[in-house]
Amino acid sequence: MTAVDGLRVAFRALAANKLRTALTLLGMVIGVAAVITLMSIGAGVQTSIEERIRQAGTNLLSVSPGVRDNRFGGFRTRGGGGGVQTLTAQDADAIAEANIPGITSIYASRSFNGSFVSPDGAVQASVQGVNEVYPAVRNAEIGTGSFFSADDVERASRVVVIGDTLATDLFPNGDAVGETVRLNTQPFTIVGVLASDGGSSFQSNDDSAFVPLPTLTSRLNPSKNSAGDDVVSSIVVQLVDESDATVAVVKQSIENLLLSRHDSEEQDFTVGSQADQIETISEVTDTMTLFLGAVAGISLLVGGIGIMNIMLVSVTERTREIGIRKAIGAKRRDIMSQFMIEAVAVSMGGGLAGVLIGVGISLGLNELGAGAEQPTGGGGARGNPFAGGLVTTITAEPIILALVVSVVIGLVFGIYPASRASRLAPIEALRYE
Amino acid sequence: MTATTDRPPPTIDVVGLTKTYQMGDVKVEALRGVTFTIDPGEMVAIMGPSGSGKSTAMNLLGCLDSPTEGSYRLDGEDVEGLSEDALADIRLRKIGFVFQSFNLLPRMTAREQVELPLMYAGARKRRERALEALATVGLADRVDHTPVELSGGQQQRVAMARALVTRPQLLLADEPTGNLDTASADEIMDAIEQLNIERGITTILVTHEMEVALRARRVIRFRDGLVEKDEVMT
Repeated sequence: MTAVDGLRVAFRALAANKLRTALTLLGMVIGVAAVITLMSIGAGVQTSIEERIRQAGTNLLSVSPGVRDNRFGGFRTRGGGGGVQTLTAQDADAIAEANIPGITSIYASRSFNGSFVSPDGAVQASVQGVNEVYPAVRNAEIGTGSFFSADDVERASRVVVIGDTLATDLFPNGDAVGETVRLNTQPFTIVGVLASDGGSSFQSNDDSAFVPLPTLTSRLNPSKNSAGDDVVSSIVVQLVDESDATVAVVKQSIENLLLSRHDSEEQDFTVGSQADQIETISEVTDTMTLFLGAVAGISLLVGGIGIMNIMLVSVTERTREIGIRKAIGAKRRDIMSQFMIEAVAVSMGGGLAGVLIGVGISLGLNELGAGAEQPTGGGGARGNPFAGGLVTTITAEPIILALVVSVVIGLVFGIYPASRASRLAPIEALRYE
Repeated sequence: MTATTDRPPPTIDVVGLTKTYQMGDVKVEALRGVTFTIDPGEMVAIMGPSGSGKSTAMNLLGCLDSPTEGSYRLDGEDVEGLSEDALADIRLRKIGFVFQSFNLLPRMTAREQVELPLMYAGARKRRERALEALATVGLADRVDHTPVELSGGQQQRVAMARALVTRPQLLLADEPTGNLDTASADEIMDAIEQLNIERGITTILVTHEMEVALRARRVIRFRDGLVEKDEVMT
């Protein structure tokens, strides 16, 4: 018996029971489509987060207070309770003054939640204290007006640059630039409005406001450590390039400098690159994707059990047919391969259909996501990668994986019914009614 | 046992064949030691009341089952202790079956039914050989019909074509006319007889009907798992 014969025999049997075949197929289709869709959602989330980070520039190093604890993938505070207060604006100044080669710009930042009041509205928003290099370092685009100047930073002026959404909320009727707004009851002049960056994505600035760091530390939200230095939550350093060598050298220089400044036995800060950050996030999203895939994988398993069930029924129903085939000379492997081909054909057919449907759903979600990606207006969710529709990324791996798994499922769940069929004794099978 | 003559070996040579079934706690002795030989080209009828062991004998002769004791040489080849697949191979190459209930596969055309053994044999020119076999049994105009579209007599002729297509030495017909009306039964028996005479196919048929048995030149009667009478008809 040739392979072509085997296929013909199997497809005849499948065609003879179209509804049953279709329903069995459906189990596989749903499983595979779920795997493809969920994995593409996971990959999409990962891609969009990574893109955001890249957009912000990959030639950045960021210094954070506290020590990175890899066991938890997060930051562990030194000494319990309260915020970590080991990083100061003076540290940033020291790094700037040290003239470390490879550094082009540097800023320190800290944020607090401020309340804005304008004649037309009152809004709570995150206020970040930075310096004049911020827009250049973070690729933040100014919509109208300008970012505050080095002079403003120097003099701790009461100036503020606000995000697009914030501007609309505070001044719904027109240009906010040049207007005065009360921030924590103090009058501030709005010198610029940032261009909208999508409004709904990870690390969006649309709902934020920016003031010179000295303004924040002296007028709005003072926070000093025991030495009387201004506590900051991060120092961001822009490098001349993103090569590993530059990153490593600058990182080492900063670490040495801060270690000597802090005069502590243990390192109380962490210098991380964007690559580190992407890696951390990838770990999380990889786990999420894997989890989603595993959940979908369970439905594949259920589909496989469905195949086995229907194959067992089919073997019982066709006992007499098997007896006839054996009587006229079919060997065990002929019967075995007949039923195996049937099982694999169902699982593989279901797998193929599932891939098509899964890819279709992923593309469809992408379309919906693209539609919702437009500025949402109002106070949309901030920094939430799921807001505004799902972005999916279809990669080859889950497709190949799903197809391979569906074939394997056909083999695994087909082998028992097939071997049962092949072992039937010819005379008993012939006598079966 | 040595064959010193230049005669070909008997097609069937059984010695002391027994078959015991275990039905729960009860042992059923279906065959209790049967010995006979059938020469190439013979046409033999096996008769006997139900439970006489004739069906069991047919299953053993057809290599569908293995004896509990005794030896069976088919066409000079000892089939004792052969594996299931080896027995399948012997059925494929040497034996054609015709059953009382036709045993055709549903939803398959006559031609496909006849091609089936050729498929398992991996033979070439299956379509031509199947059509030729169907023509031999007078069904050249019914090759694309499925069993439900054929009369009982026609179905049995498809089964005969299927049995013949591999050119077996032995044709085993288990009550081939049992489900047929008299006219169809005569046609089938004519065809079997003709094949036996023209092609020299050794033919064994199990039957209840004396009329059918008389077509054979030899009748073996079974009773209680033993050969009661083995007579050549004149």
